[in-house]
Amino acid sequence: MSGHVAPKSMYYAVFAALILGTALTVAAAFIDMGALNNVVMLAIAVTKAALVVLFFMHVRWGTRLTWVVAASGFFWLLILFGLTMQDYLTRGWVDGTWR
Amino acid sequence: METTAAPLNYLNNGHGLASWLLTRDHKRIALLYLWSITVFFFLGGFFALMIRLELLTPAADMVQPETYNKLFTMHGVVMVFFFLIPSIPAVLGNFLLPIMIGAKDLAFPRINLLSWYIYILGGMFTLVAAITGGVDTGWTFYAPYSTSASNSHVITAGVGIFITGFSSILTGLNFIVTTHRMRAPGMTWFRLPLFVWAHYATSLIMILGTPVIAITVLLVAVERGLHLGIFDPALGGDPVLFQHLFWFYSHPAVYIMILPAMGVVAELVQAFSRKNIFGYTFVAFSSLAIAIIGFLVWGHHLFVAGQSTYAGLVFSIISFFVAIPSAVKVFNWTATIYKGSVSWDSPMLYAFGFIGLFSIGGLTGLFLATLGMDIHMHDTYFIIAHFHYVMVGGAIFGYLGGMHYWWPKITGRMYPEGWARFAALNIFVGFNLTFFPQFIVGYLGMPRRYAMYAPEFQIYNVLSTAGATILGIGYLIPMDYFTWSLKYAPLAGDNPWGARGLEWEIPSPPPTENFTATPIVTEGTHQYAPSREVGIV
Amino acid sequence: MSEAHPGYQPPPVAIHPPGHGHTPHHPYLQHHFDNMEQQAEASTLGMWTFLVTEIMFFGGLFMAYLVYRWQSPLGFQEASHHLNIYWGAANTAILIISSLTMALAVRAAQTSQPVRTQIGWLVSTMVLGAAFLGIKAIEYSDKFRDHIVPGPYFQWEGLYPKPAEQFYSLYFAMTGLHALHMVIGLGIMAVITWMASRKTFDSEYYTPVEVAGLYWHFVDIVWIFLFPLLYLIGRHYHAA
Repeated sequence: MSGHVAPKSMYYAVFAALILGTALTVAAAFIDMGALNNVVMLAIAVTKAALVVLFFMHVRWGTRLTWVVAASGFFWLLILFGLTMQDYLTRGWVDGTWR
Repeated sequence: METTAAPLNYLNNGHGLASWLLTRDHKRIALLYLWSITVFFFLGGFFALMIRLELLTPAADMVQPETYNKLFTMHGVVMVFFFLIPSIPAVLGNFLLPIMIGAKDLAFPRINLLSWYIYILGGMFTLVAAITGGVDTGWTFYAPYSTSASNSHVITAGVGIFITGFSSILTGLNFIVTTHRMRAPGMTWFRLPLFVWAHYATSLIMILGTPVIAITVLLVAVERGLHLGIFDPALGGDPVLFQHLFWFYSHPAVYIMILPAMGVVAELVQAFSRKNIFGYTFVAFSSLAIAIIGFLVWGHHLFVAGQSTYAGLVFSIISFFVAIPSAVKVFNWTATIYKGSVSWDSPMLYAFGFIGLFSIGGLTGLFLATLGMDIHMHDTYFIIAHFHYVMVGGAIFGYLGGMHYWWPKITGRMYPEGWARFAALNIFVGFNLTFFPQFIVGYLGMPRRYAMYAPEFQIYNVLSTAGATILGIGYLIPMDYFTWSLKYAPLAGDNPWGARGLEWEIPSPPPTENFTATPIVTEGTHQYAPSREVGIV
Repeated sequence: MSEAHPGYQPPPVAIHPPGHGHTPHHPYLQHHFDNMEQQAEASTLGMWTFLVTEIMFFGGLFMAYLVYRWQSPLGFQEASHHLNIYWGAANTAILIISSLTMALAVRAAQTSQPVRTQIGWLVSTMVLGAAFLGIKAIEYSDKFRDHIVPGPYFQWEGLYPKPAEQFYSLYFAMTGLHALHMVIGLGIMAVITWMASRKTFDSEYYTPVEVAGLYWHFVDIVWIFLFPLLYLIGRHYHAA
């Protein structure tokens, strides 16, 4: 595949970012931010995953099809999570009336 | 019988068992699948026969209720996982997809062969489960019965289904990559046959859905084997979670079963009306729409399972929406036939059957999508009639129509048309007699999955069993004349139907590499011109 | 609709006649492909499609985790504290380094580096993968020692025993499935390393390395999510 050749420095930079992200997520776990803890943790994890996908897995320089395929996998997971949780989260809503 | 030396084609290119069992030719792999799914079809049919025999009388007098539970379970497992899901994609899809897009083979021929071996391995596990005593949970394996209380071979069957899932995944993967990367020059997406669009959409479902049932079945086996509390409430688990995970795949799975048949019907109505499809773009996109929206409706199987009413509302509304692209197809097929030059050859009989029976099945699905109606009809024979109308009246009619249409291409022989029409009629009558009474008796309250029923339901069950007998005989007739045709029927020629499409421009049977040179496509492959002579390039 | 021209041109004579006797091509070009680029694109698309199935496969477990953590947030928190955060963080770092070495292995093949260099990066990746599995083995044996393996011998000393057992069921299921994928990954890497040793890869053909790399990175991504979800729940309520 006549792929894009990235300089080694790019790989080292992404690596550093990933390690930093790991350190951040561990540190953040020990700080009480209430409901924000989960948000921060997920945001860092998603960012790290995105870095791996875009740079280590070359999606940044790949075809649009590759990007669509990768994105659709994660999107479909959201469908599974979302539509299932909307059942659990609304269990207490309707008590036989429309209130 | 012809005695001239046959030209080199994929059937005589290499002899002996090894040349078939180690083949990379998508056409030979399609035939390997054809043989295996036919075996499983008749196994599933045998279980169906036993069910219908037991239901001739209201009492559970032929088999024990525990045995009856195993019969309907094995019927469902075999028919769903080992016949319906592979059938059209693994046989007709494998054979035709590369040819229809102008390629020499699928993108990954060895993975194609592997998918067949995986299918056989999974089938072996399920056969072992059947022979050593069967499974009695229903094909839906609901927890906690499947994980804790059942004494049957749940893990063995579950492993079989898990393994076979990978066959489905690999087939879908192959089709997706092939369609994206192996099209001949000039074969743009909107020149593709609708059969290809249908299989592409089916492959999307295979990829996105099958892994979820794989992990679910694995968890059932783990919970059963190690007594972990995942789905069993007695162990702290959640049985509704099982149903969410199970149906997340199993609902889209029904679209895996029907979409390929719809692709077949699109080809048949064009060929036998001598007319281009009405609204090609709409029909192409409707396949994608069914695949995508089909992933958003699974909760309609959980209306009475303890799911929240709000979620039931959401799933009910979306289930109404999923009917729209199916309706688009039915309207467009009908518009294609309208003012076409219609011939009543046996494939077209199956296409007509499909359109009528799928419409009935699909509309009754809308009844069931209605929350209030489903509370009355859930777990009754109404549901059974509904899904048999779409699965048999739809998917199997599509499969048979496709097998008849492409049989001359696959084998180079033309089956006897008179017998074929008789069989089609036989199957149509038998099918309706079997399943229409089930709508009525289900609405009247007869529950599913019981060996015994109230005496006032007997007349409907007797009619249904009579129909099933006729249907069973009907299925045997094509087996007979197809087999006969291999040796004794006249040679078919390259394009016996005078149809359009790349597959009809190559010899019957095709050479191993499909095309002697890469075709260059300049317009859509299904240009039927009523005023032109057909079959002549 | 009733144009005179046919749907396609009649096949031109002998563009790609079958059999060997045609224009020479790369030894690793499979015959149903037209050229190396098509083959490479098909292979990477195939691996990405497979990775989508893996996302959905692990996704089922994440779904179960989501439901049970939502139902028993405090129980999951309690249970999570029993996991050794140092081992978890070390494993995370190990996998990130292995992703770096894997990416550099792909780059080495892509830029026709000497076989020595390619193998160096590939073997480093394998060593790190093995180290990951070694630490997981230590952690698992610790669980057995502490009787927090779900099943008949599960003994939970702290609060919320039922959610704790659920948590550890998911812990073993998720990390176990992940570890299985690591083992398979090591097998794949061994094959790639062997192929590299036979001077298979250079800038014209390195697809197997690229495709193996995609798999390896995916397994890393799963751990990127597993680590905080399993090891870092509510750590601020407990001094480590």
